Amino acid sequence: MPQTSTAVTLPDAGLRSWLLSDAPDSAFQARCQRFYLAWLIFQRNPIAMIGLLITLGLVLVAIFAPWLTRSSGLVPELMNRLQPASSEHWFGTDELGRDIFDRIVWGSRITLYIVGLVGIIVVPIGLVVGTVAGYVGGFVDNLLMRITDIFLAFPRLILALALMAALGPSLENAVLAIAVTTWSPYARIARAEALTIRHSEFIMAAQMQGASTAGILFRHVMPLCISSVIVRLTLDMAGIILTAAGLGFLGLGAQPPTPEWGAMISTGRQFLLDQWWVPTVPGIAIFVVSLGFNLLGDGLRDVLDPKSGE
Amino acid sequence: MIEVRGLGVTFGHGANAFRAVSDLSFNVARGESFGLVGESGSGKTTVLRAIAGLIPGVYGQLTVAGETLGQKRSKRFRHLVQMVFQDPFGSLHPRHTVDQILSEPARIHRMDAIKDRVVRALEEVGLDSSFRFRYPHQISGGQRQRIAVARALIIEPDIVLLDEPTSALDVSVQAEVLNLLNRMKREHGLTYMLVSHDLAVVSHMCDRLVVMQHGRLVETLSVEQLRNFTPEHPYTQQLLRASEGYDRAAVETLEDDL
Amino acid sequence: MSEAPILSVADLHVTFPTPKGDVQAVRGVSFDLGREKLGIVGESGSGKSQTGRAILGLTGGRGVVRARRMEFDGIDLRQASAQTLRAVRGNRISMIMQDPKYSLNPVISVGSQIEEAYLVHTRASKGEARERTMEMLKAVRIRNPARVYHAYPHEVSGGMGQRIMIAMMMIPEPDIIIADEPTSALDVTVQMQVLAILDDMVTQRGMALIFISHDLNLVASFCDRVLIMYAGQVMEVRAAHDLHNAEHPYTRGLLGCLPRIDAHGDTLAVMERDPAWADLR
Repeated sequence: MPQTSTAVTLPDAGLRSWLLSDAPDSAFQARCQRFYLAWLIFQRNPIAMIGLLITLGLVLVAIFAPWLTRSSGLVPELMNRLQPASSEHWFGTDELGRDIFDRIVWGSRITLYIVGLVGIIVVPIGLVVGTVAGYVGGFVDNLLMRITDIFLAFPRLILALALMAALGPSLENAVLAIAVTTWSPYARIARAEALTIRHSEFIMAAQMQGASTAGILFRHVMPLCISSVIVRLTLDMAGIILTAAGLGFLGLGAQPPTPEWGAMISTGRQFLLDQWWVPTVPGIAIFVVSLGFNLLGDGLRDVLDPKSGE
Repeated sequence: MIEVRGLGVTFGHGANAFRAVSDLSFNVARGESFGLVGESGSGKTTVLRAIAGLIPGVYGQLTVAGETLGQKRSKRFRHLVQMVFQDPFGSLHPRHTVDQILSEPARIHRMDAIKDRVVRALEEVGLDSSFRFRYPHQISGGQRQRIAVARALIIEPDIVLLDEPTSALDVSVQAEVLNLLNRMKREHGLTYMLVSHDLAVVSHMCDRLVVMQHGRLVETLSVEQLRNFTPEHPYTQQLLRASEGYDRAAVETLEDDL
Repeated sequence: MSEAPILSVADLHVTFPTPKGDVQAVRGVSFDLGREKLGIVGESGSGKSQTGRAILGLTGGRGVVRARRMEFDGIDLRQASAQTLRAVRGNRISMIMQDPKYSLNPVISVGSQIEEAYLVHTRASKGEARERTMEMLKAVRIRNPARVYHAYPHEVSGGMGQRIMIAMMMIPEPDIIIADEPTSALDVTVQMQVLAILDDMVTQRGMALIFISHDLNLVASFCDRVLIMYAGQVMEVRAAHDLHNAEHPYTRGLLGCLPRIDAHGDTLAVMERDPAWADLR
């Protein structure tokens, strides 16, 4: 194809030209280039960058929690209860005298744990169920989709409550309950993508070569479904955090004295009028993190949307 | 090499059933370049896909390299027969590098020294190894088709099915790819089945051809008959006339398509 | 040219910014259009489609259009207000594109769409619009206009879809039609029929036609003059009947590498690309 672009003078930085070169020397370089170009598109969107910063902030706070806090946030100090914000306690203290700032910071680990664990469970299950259903079609598709529909029909919180009643309240069981009620839409999304891809010529080429169905699903279909699923996950994270907070609020999920943000709102709600910071600060934390994930998800969608590709 | 007897293909079931191909019979000899010509809806691509075993609803008798084909294609078939598709944008996986695209068939057929084979395959189609780790969207349409050809040939098949391999390419690129295909055929002793709507391409590439319309065989002819403009069937004559370029008077003689 | 050209373009540039730098799709294209069939031929990336779009202000994306002159019947298209452009587009300059599937609204019947195209640009009554629509459907040689009037786009074949597009684009009686690969998606016999309709429209109604295509043979046999484009520039302009005497090596190369039905030979001539062709002229 005749070149119509004018000669582009690439900046001399070695890394940048390595990332933009037209002839990568290795699979590694090729992959890095793809991420770099995606990054260039992503960082054009200021709102998405805010989302990314918030999310990164959450991760960094969780990692550096031991250095950011002065206490474990678990030991009651009844002399100090319900103190307002001061230089000593940046967010004040709660009803048991524990530093709220420290509890928020430690709680970030729990938040990340919940979303991470749910993500690790629902994405693979949704991908596998969805791509198999979409690609194989017929009876298998029907069977898998009806199973998906059954799980989709349950209201999230009610099923979670039922599972809690059966398994006993704990953080891990809360994660399981959320995962069980969250995976269905991912299967639907993966199936929709698989249906479009299934008749593509590159799939036919793979069939011509004698690739097995599993091979085609794993190497050809799933890589194309994964972007939509990841975007959905980031947009869903807000909901997952809120559900976990809801369970925590009801006293299911993380048990005291674990500083789970939802539980903090629950135990603090009676103090809303006079010591407003006790339930409000964890509420703001939940809000900020949910917003961050939402904005990140929106930004990712713009990047991964195939229509905006080269 | 390829024997087709009474081939039929039906899409859909019951009331929605549609006969894409009916009662088609022809032979392709070893080392021959055989053309399937027709307009859209003629069923020519369907015939190729039926032979390739990529679609259901196929009936009739198909024999390829001595093996009578059933519902599924054997490993032997998948080694002997490969296909080059029409759309250079669609026949390569958008997230696979050229290296992955070429290695995969070699891996499936358990070949050795895959990296060397990939480099050699690229050289054979006139691309250097700098292409190995590019993604399809980083290379041009003509180059993609070369990679599609390399992919088809890397496992050393005997028969290559070509589904309009140059329709989506610029004219100058088409010439290069057609030359490449002819050279590959000569060097590897291949048998080709070429589907095209372009009579000039078929005339250049093929030894014999069949003309199809509405899923049926209209005429079987040699390429000389085509080049001398002496086909027998009026439909073929109509196609030839329309291929010659615009002629206001000639348009009146064409059957209306309404 | 005996009379003043209806469209005059001088030094047209269309540029698109990309992460890797600016891409110049059109680099200094100039031509005049009279009441004739002008073909613009080029391969992909030659800038032929972008030239057509720039005239109508349909460049899209983040493309930037610059020209020394872009004048239609006394109107300066470069400075024209959005209102003026709207009055020109579809009314005095129309565009027919490659695939009617993408240009026709799938949920509205064909007849309604054609009527709408008429009513947007004229103060006519519904009854008049319907009459005109039927007239146009007959003019594009559709045998059963009443049936097609009520049909939906997915119910008609490709060839008929293009005829409907032509009817829709012709109903406001434009001065210029820009056809961007109007027959590339059609079978060769249908192609000929659709071209015959365009041909008749041009000769009977005194319209000008810009025919953009990659098919050199087709353009040479259909148009009056041919513009050959490469890498965003015009390589050569020739009368269609004189094309085989083309002088520029790119045109000769293009003519040479076409396979012919009556030719023999194992190898097609391959074009040797001279990098000098891409240099700014």
